[in-house]
Amino acid sequence: MEQERIRNFSIIAHIDHGKSTLADRILELTETVTGREMREQVLDTMELERERGITIKAQAVRVSWKGHELNLIDTPGHVDFTYEVSRSLQACEGALLVVDAAQGIEAQTVANAYLAIENDLEIIPAVNKIDLPQADPDAAAAEIAELVGEDPARVLRISAKTGEGVEAVLDAIVERIPPPSGDVSPEAPARALVFDSSYDQYRGVVAFVRMVDGSFTARERLRAMAAGTRFEAEEVGFFSPTMRAAESLGAGEVGYVITGLKDVSRLRVGDTLTSERRSADEPLPGYKDVKPMVFAGLFPTDSDDYPDLRDALERLKLNDAALFYEPETSNALGFGFRCGFLGLLHMEIVRERLEREFDLDLIVTAPNVAYRVVTQTGEEVEVHNPAEMPREIERVEEPYIKASIIVPKDYVGPVMELNTDRRGRFDHMEYLSEERVLLVYELPLAEIVLDYYDQLKSRTRGYASFDYDVIDFREGDLARVDVLIAGEPVDALSLIVHRDAAYSRGRALVDRLREEIPRQFFDVPVQAAIGSRVIARETIKAKRKDVLAKCYGGDITRKRKLLERQKAGKRRMKQVGAVEVPQEAFLAVLNLDGSKK
Amino acid sequence: MSPGSVRHLYVHLPFCASRCGYCDFVTVVGRRGQHPAYVDGLLAELELEREVLAPRLESIFLGGGTPTFTEPTELERLLRALPPALEVTVEANPETVTPELAELLQECGVNRVSLGAQSFRPRLLEVLDRQAGPDDVRRAVYALRDAKFDNVSLDLIYGIPGQSAADLDADLSDALALEPEHVSCYELEAKPGTRFTHAHGAELARQAEAMETYFERVVARLRAAGYRWYETANFCRPSGLADGRDLRSRHNLAYWRGRDYLGLGIGAVSTIDGQRWRTTPRLGAYLAALAVGDQPPRELEELSRDVLRSERVLLGLRLDEPLELAGLESALDWRAVDRLERLGLLKGGDAGVLALTPRGRFLGGGVTAEILA
Repeated sequence: MEQERIRNFSIIAHIDHGKSTLADRILELTETVTGREMREQVLDTMELERERGITIKAQAVRVSWKGHELNLIDTPGHVDFTYEVSRSLQACEGALLVVDAAQGIEAQTVANAYLAIENDLEIIPAVNKIDLPQADPDAAAAEIAELVGEDPARVLRISAKTGEGVEAVLDAIVERIPPPSGDVSPEAPARALVFDSSYDQYRGVVAFVRMVDGSFTARERLRAMAAGTRFEAEEVGFFSPTMRAAESLGAGEVGYVITGLKDVSRLRVGDTLTSERRSADEPLPGYKDVKPMVFAGLFPTDSDDYPDLRDALERLKLNDAALFYEPETSNALGFGFRCGFLGLLHMEIVRERLEREFDLDLIVTAPNVAYRVVTQTGEEVEVHNPAEMPREIERVEEPYIKASIIVPKDYVGPVMELNTDRRGRFDHMEYLSEERVLLVYELPLAEIVLDYYDQLKSRTRGYASFDYDVIDFREGDLARVDVLIAGEPVDALSLIVHRDAAYSRGRALVDRLREEIPRQFFDVPVQAAIGSRVIARETIKAKRKDVLAKCYGGDITRKRKLLERQKAGKRRMKQVGAVEVPQEAFLAVLNLDGSKK
Repeated sequence: MSPGSVRHLYVHLPFCASRCGYCDFVTVVGRRGQHPAYVDGLLAELELEREVLAPRLESIFLGGGTPTFTEPTELERLLRALPPALEVTVEANPETVTPELAELLQECGVNRVSLGAQSFRPRLLEVLDRQAGPDDVRRAVYALRDAKFDNVSLDLIYGIPGQSAADLDADLSDALALEPEHVSCYELEAKPGTRFTHAHGAELARQAEAMETYFERVVARLRAAGYRWYETANFCRPSGLADGRDLRSRHNLAYWRGRDYLGLGIGAVSTIDGQRWRTTPRLGAYLAALAVGDQPPRELEELSRDVLRSERVLLGLRLDEPLELAGLESALDWRAVDRLERLGLLKGGDAGVLALTPRGRFLGGGVTAEILA
């Protein structure tokens, strides 16, 4: 199709603001999917996505509307996938910005709207769910118009659920979004942006691409410019909504390339594909090697499951190039893996998939961030595990984020207080409306990985919305706090904290452990220490009495079963030296600031 | 089954005047009219099972319920029909022990009475729903002494909600003043589902730490008074102070030594030749079966060799005599045995016997859970 008749667009929306429903209506209205094929939220394919109502993997669907070819590029809906969102947006010329008429704009909407503006996209604002009784379309339209600098009258009002106004959306896409403007000449050097990929167990890596200049044909030799990976395109095509092979993909079009590659890490999102025969000199701009920022140890509850965990991670990694893992051995938890994630949601998704799809029972240690350390010998190392933090340190840098928080104005105080506690630096604030305020802070990522989001929600009665982006690494006055149980250091409980907070965190951790570790046959000292200096200490006093009171002829079976249960309970404990530590104790570090159980 | 080899007999008499809140035994309140029928049932059941019993028994134990609440004529009929035994114990609630009853028991061959005193503080007896007062306990002991009983045991309960350390000391003093041959001391268990747990469970949990030392106090006090701490919860005058008599409960020793025993009556448990069964706890079903000459319904448990070995360890370690390990080796986790020996809680693993150390006896439950394979 000639470029004049192509429109490429994304839908930007906060979770639950109706992106998937709108996509479904578009597929129906354009007769891409027949009624019988229609099932709710066609684009979200993974079971987990459906349940959580979030989209993890972007996909692209081609639809026809009034003689035009429209490519809907679905974007992942969460903060951890900002880079993937930005690549998806770069594949478009325009975006639908959808806001819930009852909720108004949320932090994520703002972040993604700014991303779209940065990518020079034509933005079509729309207020959704106007059918809801509590909808306030005028207020939502005013907010959205203010955000993108648009006339409120041009904000579309729709109900994706009932279909009201969806035709106008399709018309606006054709009218307002400019067509692509790549080089269409047959001999133009070919360039395509990889905005997502997935793994098919029979056909290998499938790249989702936006053809920018030139064209690809089936069986053509291609090359990923950043990774240097070469392969033959086994098939090219597009989704409508299922895979349809085509002879070629031309400039401006969106589709897929089946690469036959057996490893997703050889073709990363953001890379540029070019043709070996009509090779481009320069890749498309904006490629970033996305690095995991949040790390945690994953250990099987039952050490016999270690091989299963390894296989499961291998399989997840096939489809998730951002997932990082390496074997880790803990003196307390045994064999497991240190895993790296883009962020907290990414971690949560991986953990849930491991537990649900692979039926694994896991202990996940408290998450920590990546640290850049310069040792006293001048060596630079990146540390992913507090227990591996060198003791002789010249300098430590930790990742910082820019956080956008939207709250009703009454909660500004509590949120500022929370951010100050978490070493936040105020950047600016603006009123989105009379009622709602956008706060922008710079915070160490380490301060949000534990319980920040829970705290934010509880201090704002659930009204806050939150988004962040990693901005840089900065030096911090950080200390490694170790925990010793009966004199044995417990690697899985080490943490890195700001020196000012070391004493209170060490104290809180020791107090929690005293509650979590059952009394043993002997006194058990629990200590927190920085280096050899003990900063907090508690003693779990030895048990003085542990007997079964009565035991006569009629009691024996019951008492035996009681002891068997007690024995089974002990088996689930982890042995630290001579001390039996319940698995829950390893999670003590997760909610030190939270209320005690 | 090996006919004629079982030497220990338990007989359950479920009737009580009222039910105590903490009790989870099989009991039947009142129903005096059913006492004759129940004794008929017991005697019929005894006839059905008699072949497993040795001609002369070592011990008989009448437990309850409140055996002495049973109509005296019915109790007498039962006692006279039981086979002869070296030790015949009857459990009694203090308020039921009149001089006449004491005489009756003595005449019917009972030679040991176990009195459920529980406490001497009226306030605490009330918490336990006990009907007897402290003076009832004393009167009962005097009545038994007058009837020439020279083997009386007192049951005490500690850890009662509201019980201070001073209360406990006073209870022990009051019990010792009666010079019982034998004392059983139990920590109050708030058993799930009892009325008592419903009313006092939360309070007990709060007091748990304060009461942690009570067990130690009980043991220290009774040992200081010259009693032998021969089982986790049981104490007796040593033979040196009892004219050379062994005052340990023969019947209960049989349980702790893993002997076979036959139980008669509703809810009674028997263990014979690797089989354990519990007779139905339902009075109606029990009587109906026996009325037509059938064995009452029972719940059967096959005890494997492994289970029997584990039980030998679990029970044997409750005693103050070393447990012979021959044949029991496979029941033990020997690394745990080593570890606990190093902690000073166990001794003797290498010598073919195993015993808890004095400190280990206070932790016997946890230690046993740890060393069982």
